[in-house]
Amino acid sequence: MDYHSPASFAEASALAANATGITRFLAGGTDVLVQLRSELVTPDTLIDIKKINGVRDITRNADGSWTLGIAATGAEMSEHPELGRDWPGVVEAMDLIGSTQVQGRATPTGNLCNGSPAADSVPAMVAAGVTVTVTGRDGTREVAVEDIPTGPGKTSLAKGELISAVNIPARGENGGDAYLRFIPRTEMDIAVVGVGVNLRLDGDTITEARVSLGAVAPTVLLVEDCAKAIIGSTLDDASMEALAAAASAACNPIDDKRGTIAFRTEVAGVLAKRAAKIAYARAKGEDA
Amino acid sequence: MALDDRKSDFTFVGTRPNRPDGLDKVTGRAKFGADAYAPGMLHGAILRSPHAHARIVKIDASKAEAHKDVKAVVTRADFADVPFKPGLEGEFYNVLENVMAGEKALYDGHAVAAVAATSALAARDALKLIEVEYEVLPHVTDVDKAMAPDAPVIREGAADYSVPEGMHPNVVRYHESGHGDLEAGFAEADLIIEDSFVTEATHQGYIEPHACLAILGNDGKGELWCTTQGHWIAQKTCAALLGIETSQLRVTASEIGGGFGGKTTVFIEPVALALSRKANRPVKLVMTRSEVFRATGPTSSASMDVKIGMKKDGTISAAQGIFRLQGGAFPGAPGDMTAMCAFAPYNLTNVKQIGYDVMANRPKQAAYRAPGAPMGAFAVESVIDELCNKLGLDPVEVRLKNAAHEGTKASYGPTYERIGLVETLEAAKAHPHYSAPLKPGQGRGISCGFWFNHGGETSVSLALSEDGSAQVMVGTPDIGGSRASMALMAAEVLGIPYENIRVTIADTATLGYNDVSHGSRVTYASGLATIKAARHAVEKLCERAAAKWGIPVDAVKWENGCAVPSGPNAGDFDPMPLADITADMGRTGGPISGHFEATPEGAGVSFGTHIVDAEVDPETGKTSVTRYTVIQDAGKAIHPTYVEGQYQGGAAQGIGWALNEEYIYGEDGRLQNSIFLDYRIPVASDLPMIDTVIVEVPNPGHPFGVRGVGETGIVPPLAAIANAVSNAAGVRMKRLPMSPPRILAALKDNG
Ligand SMILES: Cc1cc2nc3c(=O)[nH]c(=O)nc-3n(C[C@H](O)[C@H](O)[C@H](O)COP(=O)(O)OP(=O)(O)OC[C@H]3O[C@@H](n4cnc5c(N)ncnc54)[C@H](O)[C@@H]3O)c2cc1C
Repeated sequence: MDYHSPASFAEASALAANATGITRFLAGGTDVLVQLRSELVTPDTLIDIKKINGVRDITRNADGSWTLGIAATGAEMSEHPELGRDWPGVVEAMDLIGSTQVQGRATPTGNLCNGSPAADSVPAMVAAGVTVTVTGRDGTREVAVEDIPTGPGKTSLAKGELISAVNIPARGENGGDAYLRFIPRTEMDIAVVGVGVNLRLDGDTITEARVSLGAVAPTVLLVEDCAKAIIGSTLDDASMEALAAAASAACNPIDDKRGTIAFRTEVAGVLAKRAAKIAYARAKGEDA
Repeated sequence: MALDDRKSDFTFVGTRPNRPDGLDKVTGRAKFGADAYAPGMLHGAILRSPHAHARIVKIDASKAEAHKDVKAVVTRADFADVPFKPGLEGEFYNVLENVMAGEKALYDGHAVAAVAATSALAARDALKLIEVEYEVLPHVTDVDKAMAPDAPVIREGAADYSVPEGMHPNVVRYHESGHGDLEAGFAEADLIIEDSFVTEATHQGYIEPHACLAILGNDGKGELWCTTQGHWIAQKTCAALLGIETSQLRVTASEIGGGFGGKTTVFIEPVALALSRKANRPVKLVMTRSEVFRATGPTSSASMDVKIGMKKDGTISAAQGIFRLQGGAFPGAPGDMTAMCAFAPYNLTNVKQIGYDVMANRPKQAAYRAPGAPMGAFAVESVIDELCNKLGLDPVEVRLKNAAHEGTKASYGPTYERIGLVETLEAAKAHPHYSAPLKPGQGRGISCGFWFNHGGETSVSLALSEDGSAQVMVGTPDIGGSRASMALMAAEVLGIPYENIRVTIADTATLGYNDVSHGSRVTYASGLATIKAARHAVEKLCERAAAKWGIPVDAVKWENGCAVPSGPNAGDFDPMPLADITADMGRTGGPISGHFEATPEGAGVSFGTHIVDAEVDPETGKTSVTRYTVIQDAGKAIHPTYVEGQYQGGAAQGIGWALNEEYIYGEDGRLQNSIFLDYRIPVASDLPMIDTVIVEVPNPGHPFGVRGVGETGIVPPLAAIANAVSNAAGVRMKRLPMSPPRILAALKDNG
């Protein structure tokens, strides 16, 4: 196994482009090293991207948007004094991952690029409209988070491409987001269903919404019908039921050791309602 | 709320000093199974079957053997030729079959070959060089399917004499017991409920994987260091499996990171010894977690039918149970234990229980705290709860009405001596938990539980030092703070401070035979042995004092750590402290020691009653346990903190078993969840504070009244939690674990 610690994304990209066999980028390593030790994936080339300048920075830009370095960890996001005020859903999703120890290493980019349909931070990022900057041999491009995963363990990143930044939009007025997952226990478990909701209000009425589901299909889903069900509503009972029905209808899950098709389909609707309620309250400036 | 308000006749017993191994454990100094090293040590790794059932056509290890880092490869041919016998009679054969497959691989994870190489990585890589040709056979993992006429036969001739004719060869042992007239009893009932229940296999889940360091020379002399609940059984078994003399193998037990019954046998130890013998080098073997799940432990899975008749006043008029337990591809599932324990808490006129031991293509079941009892209690106590609900009766009152007591003929035969079930039920009734109001969505569950407890072969040796301190050698690995309890009991007899006593778990070369730390026997049997060994030393101390004073030895008694003249000589001399006698013991007759070797028979059965509150989310089927109280008879709590620890541990493991833990097999018969991510043991935040009440109804069979407490605590939880969940959800849960998908499906079926 070859280990590299490049000083720039361009260098990292070139290393990856020229590598043969299995290549992994080493961000927090909480997927890569676990898979290595359990002999699931033994990379031929390991490219540690934590030594690149500025990768741990969390920056609020002049327009109110945020740029996260690709090595900023869950713990750093949770402890940031302002990020969580703007995007509590994104931060709480990241905060659900693992234990205190894992939080000190795990990154949203790693969570995204590991390609698990059950990755917790991904539905929250999709709902929030987060994009990532992708660096390749031909420069950089900006890609919506929902366009990165293509199936379990697979991404749309080409050979030699890696993510060099995470871009979170400006929160703006009267907005709120939330993420909820279902696990049979209280922590240290993998989502059986995950739901991210992000919405904006005009008075009591929802004017914009994005709803994303995790663990109910081969990739995280952005569900237009869920958004439609609540846009224009005050989250009254009827729109809540429509939201739940749309969420359940969007599910295309599997039966496995972690949950059944029937269970995932049903609970996706339940969590969509609960997450929407929290996001709504947050948009109104209430503690939730 | 243990014993603070009660006066005690004891000085040391019943106090709560720190455990002697505590500092080592919190500072990382304690040496566990994987912490041993030897010069020239090799690392072993085991190749395991990817099939649930397959004939091993050929093993070609030539490529592995040719590898420069590989120093030995072993297969079944490298072990002794242990004879096959039916049932448990041939247990050495069963263990050998389990530690290294013979003609067939019998379950996913079954060992088929092993290597020793110069590094752990090289050993793992070398496994890939071993070529095994399998002929895959049909498999069965479910207990009911394994008994069906068309089930694949796992091994012909494994059934013993007890099995009725006409049963499938996978049924290998049969138990039936009871008394009275069932038909007449059911005729007297006002309500009869008959129902079926299923529990899935669970793993003991100890944090420390199996690990050992083995050295075996060509001269047949060996050394084995391993994490085990019983190093004499490891010694005996390894010697038999390797064809060497028992006494030539010295086994030392490491500190142990949990066992719960799962470390009462051997898995990797004979393999490491075989590798060492072949390589002529020390070999270390450490299991991965996945190996632990696939090839050690688990409990049996169970399928059960229970029928109980009750009168309107709550009297149980008749009770019947059929318990089918699947214990992997070997005889040993404790269907007999399940049957015998199921109705044991109750004073029944008409009762009958049947137990089956059934083989299936799964790992060999191992003991797990009160093996077999929790499943039976789940079925029986669920039916009793349903009867109480239907007849509008209080579940504690009904259990009190039917409770067994001194003189009751137990459902499994004997007549009880003094027992403490009624006392636990009275304590439950009086406990604030039982009368606390429930919130909407919550339910409360009650269950009683029983376990036999065990005595077993026991040796203890106690030696006094010149300075008046004492060392105690016991042979039962400390799996629950027992060194503290031994020291307290020795302190009580000798009258010297707890801190002046060091208790060591002796190796097999330095003490007589000891049975495994199982059957809740350690505080009882090693405790009794420690007391008797200490008394033996006290006799000698009194003799020395008598000689010094020139008075008859029967005129000397032992009080508060001193020899004291008594009877006609009372007051003639000042009390003579222990240290004054030991100071010159070399000149007054030589070293003073005490010892004990016997098989104590008075273990004293034990009962508990649990109260559980659970809340069920009706939209997701998720359960949270909101309050939990364990009430159990300890006979006498030597170290109350560690008794409470046993109670809490039983409840915690029971919560896991009831709610989320399970072995999940795919259609291909392979285990799907062999890591802690998917084998869902409770995490700390899943558990409420588990309250404990220690009831003390002394056991007449122990000098201080001790009853074992290690196992009974896991008997009531499955039922108590199922009753709480069923009452909260409004639908009877008959299958464990009660995972959210199962509860949600049950809620939907119920409308
Ligand atoms: C105990 C434990 C508990 C966990 N609990 C959860 C949980 O609750 N929820 C959850 O979703 N996950 C969980 N995980 C999984 C893991 O922690 C997360 O997926 C984490 O976010 C991964 O981030 P990382 O930085 O450690 O990624 P790494 O392991 O460093 O990388 C993961 C993958 O991303 C790729 N990658 C990393 N950075 C880049 C980049 N800049 N560009 C392109 N590809 C990149 C790597 O090549 C690799 O394939 C848990 C893991 C452990 C060990």
